[in-house]
Amino acid sequence: MSYTIINVGQGSCGIAAGAGKVKKVLDEKLAGSGINVGIVGCIGMCWLEPIVDVYENGVLHRLVKVNENSAEEIAAAVAADDFAALSKYEITADDKDFLDQQTRIALRNCGIIDPESIEAYINAGGYKALEKVVTTMTQQQVIDEIKTSGLAGRGGAGFPTWFKWNAANQSAGETKYLICNADEGDPGAFMDRAVIESDPHTLIEGMLIAAYAIGASEAVVYVRAEYPLAIVRLKKAIAQAKEAGYIGKNIFGTDFSCEFTIKAGAGAFVCGEETALIASLEGERGMPRLKPPFPAQKGYWQKPSNINNVETFANVAWIINNGGAAFAAMGTENSKGTKVFALTGKIKRGGLVEIPMGKTLRDVIFGIGGGIKEDKQFKAVQMGGPSGGCIPEQLLDTVIDYKELSATGAIMGSGGMVVMDETTCMVGMAKFFLDFTAKESCGKCVHCRIGTKRMQEILTRIVEGNGREGDIELLEELCSAVKEGALCGLGQTAPNPVLTTIKYFRNEYEAHINNKKCPAHECRDLISYSIDADKCRGCTLCAKKCPAKAISGEVKTPHTIDPDVCIKCGQCATVCRFGAVKVD
Amino acid sequence: MSNTADLSLLQPVLDEYAGVKGSLITILQSAQEIYGYLPQEVIYHVAEATGSSPAHVLGVATFYTQFRFKPVGKYLILLCKGTACHVNGSDMIAKTIYETLGITDGETTEDGLFSLTFVACLGCCSLSPVMLINDDTYGSLTPEKVKSIISEIQAKEAAV
Repeated sequence: MSYTIINVGQGSCGIAAGAGKVKKVLDEKLAGSGINVGIVGCIGMCWLEPIVDVYENGVLHRLVKVNENSAEEIAAAVAADDFAALSKYEITADDKDFLDQQTRIALRNCGIIDPESIEAYINAGGYKALEKVVTTMTQQQVIDEIKTSGLAGRGGAGFPTWFKWNAANQSAGETKYLICNADEGDPGAFMDRAVIESDPHTLIEGMLIAAYAIGASEAVVYVRAEYPLAIVRLKKAIAQAKEAGYIGKNIFGTDFSCEFTIKAGAGAFVCGEETALIASLEGERGMPRLKPPFPAQKGYWQKPSNINNVETFANVAWIINNGGAAFAAMGTENSKGTKVFALTGKIKRGGLVEIPMGKTLRDVIFGIGGGIKEDKQFKAVQMGGPSGGCIPEQLLDTVIDYKELSATGAIMGSGGMVVMDETTCMVGMAKFFLDFTAKESCGKCVHCRIGTKRMQEILTRIVEGNGREGDIELLEELCSAVKEGALCGLGQTAPNPVLTTIKYFRNEYEAHINNKKCPAHECRDLISYSIDADKCRGCTLCAKKCPAKAISGEVKTPHTIDPDVCIKCGQCATVCRFGAVKVD
Repeated sequence: MSNTADLSLLQPVLDEYAGVKGSLITILQSAQEIYGYLPQEVIYHVAEATGSSPAHVLGVATFYTQFRFKPVGKYLILLCKGTACHVNGSDMIAKTIYETLGITDGETTEDGLFSLTFVACLGCCSLSPVMLINDDTYGSLTPEKVKSIISEIQAKEAAV
């Protein structure tokens, strides 16, 4: 009998895809067999979920797209020691390539260890870095090591981490706070959720090291309320770390003490901004304030505070264990180490990707991501969420680096990478983001509050076919006013999606405004459906599927669409097997 | 002002956070968990208990998207409007829900069974478009799939 271990991936995505049911089947079928079914977090290959890892004497069989039926077969095969039977569920070499092309530091344990077990983390080398720091290093040595690594804030702004730690360390005061920003608000980014769900102790260890470096005895995690599983796992991990003595008084027998609390955010994108986050932690409306004073001087409860993002902390223990120089050896001159991206949208292999800085966008999208779904034409990639921009095809060879990406008009941001194909309307995309920022503007600055609203209105009339001559110029003028007139990053960057789409896709704006056409055939008010009489065989399928009953015609004769009744849902085009439905 | 909410249910929460500064949002989150939304009398009660004004409490509560001020249906649909979901057709899903149930963002069906709320991002981008109904996530949605999910729930409820 082989020595067998089975792990089921149980991140939010995996569970949503049915991993919970799969685990239940495996548990039931293997009860009494002596083979335990464990859980791991998210490996980041979301398109293959649910994923079951079976280790046969230490050799991994990664089984993908498992469902309740295949789980029964898998259980039977494992119980019978027949591993050859698993081959039909195993990951293909092509898909495996997705992981092989990555360099995982922040995600090093994700999908590999049990996120609910501190022993699993310790067995993977966990808390060694903390021990080294508190027992052998001075605060300054820790800060210097981080400086050597070149680690920069992974939440978006890319500010050098050591500089913030140093400022908080140098700030006078007995009480200092260490805060983790886990309010991952960028739509399209989910790496922070994955880290907390899959490897919460990495975050805790990174935070403890930072707390030691700045001299904080209290650590707070501000996490999105929309991430219930992350909150559950983090709470559990904190309790375990407390029990084991990594959190609490006199850690490793030293003078260093640190307590942890979790605060659930209540849903406000602006709370990603440091001063707004602090206001929210204090139970107030999350509105940003003028800096200086910076949080390092006057932060949470007016005390020196340091705020970093989850992914930033997730790199810290690795840097301490392997040395800052090893981290800095990866990347470019301006951007060191690795970065995690959430690759989504019209991509074949979507998921979490961690790569060294310096790779190109093409490497990620076409190399790791496998290209565009259904082999359609790539149009743009959106980076940096509502603060970022759309990068067109001609810039696909742009290197992943804070400076290089900013030069395109987009930003590195927190690492959302949403891929768009020929069917995505770029004006619609700009409107989508302005809908978001207009809603999320906290209202403090007039330019942001009213400017985003006016931009949203202009974009809405353009996609509805009521665009006017001069609208593009008006948008540009508003963009510069909002950029200049806003206090915080939300307003200062809110125009980026509009500016980049105008810069690279001006023709689409012009087509909407001047010709009342949507080149991507997405804006419903600007398209019409008709049936090509030469191609239509009169199969009646479209007429049957049409929810508005807008299609008429006799069997075996060409059908017609009544444009007054048509709701432009596109069902007819989807079901037609002869390509007879035309969109214009 | 109608006074229907049982305010005593909130007392343990108010006791736990009595004197703990910066707890207003946490108290409101607990209150919403208890009542399903924030009734007006609860806002007044929290204000009194925490020594602030109802205007201040309401000001904080209305700032955050998590808080609701109207009761929600038995099944709360959170429809993701994140970027990946947008690119993969969440507008069509919103339209399908409207056509099927007659509700849009922030509304509840007349029978009190379904409420719909648009959310910024559920973080399940690879399954886009996505919606969450109570605690269950439904991914890779199509109009057909949404209709069948809703009718399944309706059938289940009709059988009760």
